[in-house]
Amino acid sequence: MSVNATPAGAQVSAEAERPTTTVPTQRGGRRKPPLSENKRAERRLGWLLCAPAALVMVAVTAYPIIYSVWLSLQRYDLRFPDQREFIGLENYVTVLTNEFWWTAFGVTALITVVTVAVELVLGMGLALIMHRTLVGRGLVRTSALIPYGIVTVVAAFSWRYAWTPGTGYLADLFSDGAPLTERASSLAIIMLAEIWKTTPFMALLLMAGLALVPEDLLKAASTDGATSWQKFTKVMLPVMKPAILVALLFRTLDAFRVFDNIFVLTAGGNETSSVSMLAYNNLIRGLNLGIGSTMSVLIFITVAIIAFVFVKLFGTAAPGSDDGERR
Amino acid sequence: MADIVLDKVSKSFPDGTVAVQDVDLEIADGEFVILVGPSGCGKSTTLNMIAGLEDISSGELRIGGQRVNDKAPRDRDIAMVFQSYALYPNMTVRENMAFPLRLAKLDKETINAKVDEAAKVLELVPLLDRKPANLSGGQRQRVAMGRAIVRQPKAFLMDEPLSNLDAKLRVQMRTVVSRLQKQLGTTTVYVTHDQTEAMTLGDRVVIMRGGAIQQVGPPQELYDHPRNLFVAGFIGSPSMNFLHAAVQDGSLHTALGEVPLGDRVRRELEAADAPRELILGVRPEHFEDAELVDEDTRRRGLEFEAPVEIVESMGSDKYVYFTVEGERASAAELEELAADAGAGDFAGTGGNLVTRLSAESPVAEGQSRRVWFNLEKIHLFDPTNGRNLTLHEGRSAGALAD
Repeated sequence: MSVNATPAGAQVSAEAERPTTTVPTQRGGRRKPPLSENKRAERRLGWLLCAPAALVMVAVTAYPIIYSVWLSLQRYDLRFPDQREFIGLENYVTVLTNEFWWTAFGVTALITVVTVAVELVLGMGLALIMHRTLVGRGLVRTSALIPYGIVTVVAAFSWRYAWTPGTGYLADLFSDGAPLTERASSLAIIMLAEIWKTTPFMALLLMAGLALVPEDLLKAASTDGATSWQKFTKVMLPVMKPAILVALLFRTLDAFRVFDNIFVLTAGGNETSSVSMLAYNNLIRGLNLGIGSTMSVLIFITVAIIAFVFVKLFGTAAPGSDDGERR
Repeated sequence: MADIVLDKVSKSFPDGTVAVQDVDLEIADGEFVILVGPSGCGKSTTLNMIAGLEDISSGELRIGGQRVNDKAPRDRDIAMVFQSYALYPNMTVRENMAFPLRLAKLDKETINAKVDEAAKVLELVPLLDRKPANLSGGQRQRVAMGRAIVRQPKAFLMDEPLSNLDAKLRVQMRTVVSRLQKQLGTTTVYVTHDQTEAMTLGDRVVIMRGGAIQQVGPPQELYDHPRNLFVAGFIGSPSMNFLHAAVQDGSLHTALGEVPLGDRVRRELEAADAPRELILGVRPEHFEDAELVDEDTRRRGLEFEAPVEIVESMGSDKYVYFTVEGERASAAELEELAADAGAGDFAGTGGNLVTRLSAESPVAEGQSRRVWFNLEKIHLFDPTNGRNLTLHEGRSAGALAD
């Protein structure tokens, strides 16, 4: 396969590379300037270096994705293997008109929005503390990161025991009933566990962003008459915007696929299922490969949309791409 | 507008290092003062303390007669220009310049009027809607200046504002800064490590070394009457020549010959604790081709002959490098200056003599040449403490003074 023939290759060479020879090529109709031997060899080496990773990626992600899309287009229940047949988009109609799906979708969206929002605020606070700490920096940072270092399932179990009446210290402290048996309190506890667990991750990403804010910029803002809060909102946040978007993207995608905490804390009882939980129940427990795969594909599509939206936002936040335009 | 007074201001860090030590400085209203010195001399720390970006460990700082030690930068009414320009990357030029005014809660019309006026002065009008990323270094520098002047603050503090520009632009901007300061008449404190900038810009120059002030004065005074070896070596380009000199029977033995001493210097050297070894300092322009010196002038100086190493013709005059034999002058100050200038650049020490001769001199590389130098303009330094021994009541009178 000729590497230069790919449209991506053509674009790169037109934008970033300057041709070092001007000898016209015989490839009919192509306006692309020819590459020098050197550049071509370099390009070839680049592809060769990428190839192993690309192959592994295709093997472990592309194949399962395509296979689950294929499964989602079939009626395929392992309890009734004889009835397997191709039914087109019928599974999608079934899922998208089902109230359980939409309840789970709502729960997932709620968890995503609330946890990511709270994590952003707390994470920013934590990041500022870690950034500013001068004494015992290592200790502060390590202790802040402990929750992130604990296996999610283990942490979830500790939360479950803590909220179990009779044995748990939190259940006795905050309520008389069993909080994990009611929908509202269960959701609150799930979100609490999520936030506790992943705020340090958010803080870590934001701290990297804080390091990008030049010290001189803050000094300039001080002499320009800014208060600490104005420095934060008018100088630090805009400069950190790309880092904030990265952190939000990572966390949103993660949060949308919430599973472990729900699995351990409520097992999806009292309408606390997330979409991942629902897909798991249909696919693994219900052995309904068709419906389960449909749900997986829908989750995949949602995540892809979220990622797309964020990447669009990045586009305008990336340095250098905001030529002359007003905010 | 206001005066700035530093009264025994010191800065020490928790680990014990002292960055600035007992700095006493009175900057008059409207004055343009330059803080200059090699890196690590405490000049930027001093500026940051005036700005309030760095706490003052001891002493008192007064701006406009008011003690401001404990005031936040935003309450001191000063504007600062940074070496990195520190423009807000997310704001346009207009927004950058309007930022301090917006924080001061001025109304929109006033802000626009002030920004437009400042933009006109600095020729930034066509750039007002651009972002800093799309500006050249010189343009960014002007925006940073603009952001400082829109507010009409009590004082401008500038921290090496021209150091990131290329040489040509730096010279251009130097005149812009100078003109702007004269126009506005705002008290200005300007930090630089470049002695040329210090000489050309300021009303007064403060030379710092190791956190302490070495000498304060108008540029010409520092040049002509350096109080010590450090100031003498730091000011001037090419720098002063330093030679080892031994005191013997009322005269000085140097590589350039026997230097006679006047009564005043001799008296000074007769004191019990007077040094037996001195450092002789001669500026390049106080040498001349012996052929071109008339009889009258000749008597005020001394002649010697030395092989010519390099001739650099500048058109208006010639820089001629001679090789001289003899012991090297050595002192802590000279080593420091050499380290700061980058080993090879500091010509003051070593076996090389830098002279600035008239363009008419027929001197050529490889031959030997007779050179005259003016004894009334030479300086003698005590190598142990760097003190200028030829200084009398603040004026340097050379070696022959009675």
